[in-house]
Amino acid sequence: MKPLVDKELCVACGECIDACPVGAISVGDECAEISDECTLCGMCVDACQYGAISMPDVGTGADEDLSRYKGVWVFVEWRHGTVHRVSYELLTVGRKLAEKKGTDLCAVIQGHKLDGVEKDLFRYGAKTVYVVDHPSLAHFTDEIYGNVLVELVRRYRPEILLAGGTSTGRSFIPRVAAMLQTGLTADCTELDINDEGLLLQTRPAFGGNIMASILCPYRRPQIATVRPKVLRAEPLDMPVDGQVVRPDLPGACFVSRVEVLEEQVLEGPGANIAEADVVVSGGRGLQRKENFAMLEELASLLNGAVGASRGAVEAGLADPSQQVGQTGRTVAPVLYMAVGISGAVQHVVGMQGSKVIVAVNRDPEAPIFDVCHFGVVADLFEFVPAFIRKIRKERGEEV
Amino acid sequence: MHIVVCLKQVPESQNVRIDPKTNTLIRQGVASVLNPFDYFALEAALTIKDERLDTKVTAITMGPPQAKEVLMDALSRGADDAILISHRAFAGADTWATSFTLAAAIRRLEPVDLIVCGKQAIDGDTAQVGPELATILNRPYATYVKSFEFVDDSHLKITRQTDEGVAVWRLPLPALVTVLKDVGEPRPRSYRATLRARRYEIPVWGPEELGVDEDSVGLKGSYTQVVRIFSPERKKDRIMLRGSVEEMVDELYYWLKEQRVPGL
Ligand SMILES: Cc1cc2nc3c(=O)[nH]c(=O)nc-3n(C[C@H](O)[C@H](O)[C@H](O)COP(=O)(O)OP(=O)(O)OC[C@H]3O[C@@H](n4cnc5c(N)ncnc54)[C@H](O)[C@@H]3O)c2cc1C
Ligand SMILES: Nc1ncnc2c1ncn2[C@@H]1O[C@H](COP(=O)(O)O)[C@@H](O)[C@H]1O
Repeated sequence: MKPLVDKELCVACGECIDACPVGAISVGDECAEISDECTLCGMCVDACQYGAISMPDVGTGADEDLSRYKGVWVFVEWRHGTVHRVSYELLTVGRKLAEKKGTDLCAVIQGHKLDGVEKDLFRYGAKTVYVVDHPSLAHFTDEIYGNVLVELVRRYRPEILLAGGTSTGRSFIPRVAAMLQTGLTADCTELDINDEGLLLQTRPAFGGNIMASILCPYRRPQIATVRPKVLRAEPLDMPVDGQVVRPDLPGACFVSRVEVLEEQVLEGPGANIAEADVVVSGGRGLQRKENFAMLEELASLLNGAVGASRGAVEAGLADPSQQVGQTGRTVAPVLYMAVGISGAVQHVVGMQGSKVIVAVNRDPEAPIFDVCHFGVVADLFEFVPAFIRKIRKERGEEV
Repeated sequence: MHIVVCLKQVPESQNVRIDPKTNTLIRQGVASVLNPFDYFALEAALTIKDERLDTKVTAITMGPPQAKEVLMDALSRGADDAILISHRAFAGADTWATSFTLAAAIRRLEPVDLIVCGKQAIDGDTAQVGPELATILNRPYATYVKSFEFVDDSHLKITRQTDEGVAVWRLPLPALVTVLKDVGEPRPRSYRATLRARRYEIPVWGPEELGVDEDSVGLKGSYTQVVRIFSPERKKDRIMLRGSVEEMVDELYYWLKEQRVPGL
């Protein structure tokens, strides 16, 4: 299979030659020609201004009546007695998608001893909340969480299913997609309904250098995950008058081959770094472990957490739990302050989703300045204490 | 014990960019490398082999012919066998079609006690292949594994990273794990293994060898379709602050307040 070239539309301009990452395109006398080297990546399709290149179709899978699937579902993540914020963010976008499609928004919540947390979901527009409360859901396992969700999807047939791109969602939603034999788009940053009524899923790839829009045309549900804090949560002024449904599920759903022995909530300096709205991170530029105290003071003033670059962790300045980046944690706070961090790509991929990035570095050539919104070329040992004093002064605190 | 390690060849992601003028992918100087997370998958398998001498490690990859390079690398670090899954029909696979194809290959390699994958690949960035592969093969799995030990010959005790901390699970074999860098520093190539790798003929499996229909793999076997690829919107123009430290402090405070940073 290869992309299809429309001979009528192609003007043999050669733009697609440069777009092809594997050099599979050449231009003959009249139109572009694609060789067997082609990997079907699709780059040429977008490069062609004349709309002459199109991709062959994806598989349809087993024949199924897609019109039997209706409604937008959000998998609500329950954690130690509370609902994870990403679920409210998803309900908000799900509500908009449901409106656009003229269908209902529903929520699914699984856990044990839920104690009425499901009521809150009506404030976000869920018309129906499916509640599965069972002792074997007290701790997360891919198998039971997956089996239950698959059983509900098979029974009620939603058209769209959204879940959080958390360590839980990213782990068991692929199982759900594989059991249902449907597509799954990871870590979307934008969701919309296209002209044909399909879920248009846009996501970054290649470490954020490229965006891709993805459809799942022939299978249902269309499933997408979204990372926390990418979208905004907006409650309704008035909760909707919805219903709670407690489906009776077969016992086989609650059997797991995995046994949970222990769960520990992480203590230590990096514990809340993925959740915090403000992250102040330090790099090798801090030179000594004691100097991190300055960042801790700043972070605590802003109710934030302290992160670190790999360099700082390897030099023993910070704890491994604090590492942000490709081999550490991915964060996307409202404010990310990179202090004394050079900005190696491996660090940048872990923080580039932040809303506001401030870089403080002595070296004006440091690559971190390429990704920041506000750049401060200064000695951090002067700047950070001065910034702390400023915040205290503005608050009317003694300095 | 037979362990299969799934490896992926990826473009070095930091070099993949779209040319803002032509809106096309810049391909000059983009090298293909082993997905960095997959070094840890290989290392995890080799650590088990260090302790359990009867262990055989097979490295597999699906990709174009040049993906053979990552298998040579794995052999040079101590993998016993390697299989390249390559055929035109596999092109354009999404995670489902990738997992389906890898599953067909693993069925041919059975008995397989443990499958090890990396945490995620840095090009697609989905982290879906491990869980989907395990599900297709009907095996239990654990993602984001930091460490593991054998409880007995047929059970692993694994520690997995969660957003909030860690979870410790007892995982019966045969199983699949996706691993983090915590499993150990990847070992270098060894001289002996490299010599052996040079003489090793890597078998190439296509749809026929796997016994799968060409329509069930690659783009045809995929459920998701990439309809558009484009550059991310450029961030708002960067502001470099000027003046003395005091002036910059005042200005930054002003901007952050403007951006409604909580806590200010
Ligand atoms: C821009 C873009 C966006 C995409 N978005 C999606 C999407 O949202 N949904 C979707 O279904 N597909 C998507 N794909 C396709 C997907 O990337 C490919 O299907 C790919 O084969 C799976 O790779 P991954 O990077 O997602 O793998 P991951 O699941 O992140 O890889 C995890 C591990 O699986 C193993 N592994 C993965 N691929 C192979 C392989 N070929 N051979 C051996 N082992 C392997 C490795 O151990 C690896 O460390 C996208 C592709 C592109 C280019
Ligand atoms: N000549 C080829 N032989 C085999 N596979 C190929 C070839 N060209 C491209 N591919 C496939 O191209 C796809 C690109 O990788 P990915 O989209 O990341 O899974 C893989 O599925 C490869 O198997």
